[in-house]
Amino acid sequence: MNGSAVRIVVDLNRCQGYGQCVFLAPGVFELHGEEALMYDPGPEEAQRLPVVRAAAACPVQAIRVESPDGRA
Amino acid sequence: MSPAKGVFSADGHVVVVGASLAGLRAAEALRKGGFRGRLTLVGDEPYEPYDRPPLSKQVLSGRVAPESTALPQDSGLDVEWRLGAGAVGLDLAGKRVRLADGQDVSFDRLLIATGTRARPWPNPTEAALDGVITLRGRDDAVRLRGELAAGPRRVLVIGAGFTGSEIASACRSLGLAVTVTERAATPLAGALGGTIGAVAARLQRENGVDLRCGVSVTSLEGDDAGHVRRAHLDDGTTLEIDVAVVALGAQRNTEWLRGSGLGAGPRGVACDAGCRVFDMYGIVTDDVFAAGDVARSPHPLFGFEFLALEHWSNAIEQAEVAAHNMLHAESERRPYLHVPTFWSFQFGVGIKSVGVPPLGEEVVIVQGSTDERRFVAVYGHAGRTVAAVTFDQGKWLEFYLDQIERAAPFPPQYRNVAQPEVRQVLPAEFPDPVVPTEGPMIVRTGHSPTERAWTLLPARGGRA
Repeated sequence: MNGSAVRIVVDLNRCQGYGQCVFLAPGVFELHGEEALMYDPGPEEAQRLPVVRAAAACPVQAIRVESPDGRA
Repeated sequence: MSPAKGVFSADGHVVVVGASLAGLRAAEALRKGGFRGRLTLVGDEPYEPYDRPPLSKQVLSGRVAPESTALPQDSGLDVEWRLGAGAVGLDLAGKRVRLADGQDVSFDRLLIATGTRARPWPNPTEAALDGVITLRGRDDAVRLRGELAAGPRRVLVIGAGFTGSEIASACRSLGLAVTVTERAATPLAGALGGTIGAVAARLQRENGVDLRCGVSVTSLEGDDAGHVRRAHLDDGTTLEIDVAVVALGAQRNTEWLRGSGLGAGPRGVACDAGCRVFDMYGIVTDDVFAAGDVARSPHPLFGFEFLALEHWSNAIEQAEVAAHNMLHAESERRPYLHVPTFWSFQFGVGIKSVGVPPLGEEVVIVQGSTDERRFVAVYGHAGRTVAAVTFDQGKWLEFYLDQIERAAPFPPQYRNVAQPEVRQVLPAEFPDPVVPTEGPMIVRTGHSPTERAWTLLPARGGRA
């Protein structure tokens, strides 16, 4: 087990680089160039709300968020 | 005898061997599909399933800790984890899997999802030198990251497939000097062909990679302390290096099935389009299924060619089909019709693909331009569109997916946004399949069942 409070995976086949997640959770998601999305798959607890918002705002719904404790 | 559906769903025991992306997604799909019985996941690594793509990108660049790549999983999955001791044998008649710690696990139905591992450097003495590394798992990423953080004079990446190219990209983002060697004429030749591979070559060189194609590394040399310091190439040159990353593609984890009676070997575990595994006589088994990198199955869209796909989306979608078919009777089973897709991020460019580029003999740029590194390339085989590859133009791929599924004519007849003035159909320049190249990602592993032909491949590795 790892200690991450939040777990994220992005379906990068689906991602089209709209970048909404980058605006909503800049500490977690970043774009390298136009469509190369790099993200932290296990950010800290403080990022939970921004990440949940980013996942909800993704135009192609490519972000999956879950917590080991079942929240999110 | 297989238990009846209702009984199996309530009381059966499913064992999934392989606790990575395919194994985890299959477990989730089994539960979502109503399976309430025992579910055991066997994994050789001591970790719960984690995502591999970040290991060659944001983990190497230091942005993300290797241990924070654990995959999200459904809460209440109710799985018995058997981690840290992989499967070493299968007793098909007795329906038991033997684990590395000597214990047996019995099953009613089995899913084989053991995936692949990195192909090691062929010389074991050289492979054991400090600083000689392959990258497949989390522990590998920890080691490589440590080597890169130590500020090596030069990193050598052997093999310019996707993994090797992404590692080179991470090295450049860290400001490290990096040399990439590749036996083929261009990077990514096995996956995209030499014509599009030439675009990837320019991308690497513009980003400061010392790219050397058409050469092989003949030996690695260590210092007195056993750390790699030099690489010798077959063109007579010697490189002074402190790290050698061996990125020579993948090998399928099927050794544990040797002697089991299943149709499994170095090319993967053969299964039907419903993920049901063939035994060694080509007869479909009732209770053994396969999914992910290790599985090879006939694809109806591509002439029933047996394909083994080393792709992220393949692991997920094939796992879901396998799980569905494990829970359903014959008349309700689903075929695996997924059109392959993949992505790679390197040097700030997104490379994406749909279909099977290596089936294509010809390629045409239909949108954008290779000079600007923003384009769509369409691949054709026998007058049909079989694949599309984009550089920073991934938004168009859905359209081309549809074209591939409809077997649209090649070269494409329609007009496009940002269409080049002249559409030139070029040879795709895939290497001869008999000549091994690094990381093709899609492996055409067999002939059509409707075509009773055998091809004898020349023996490798010095066998007469």
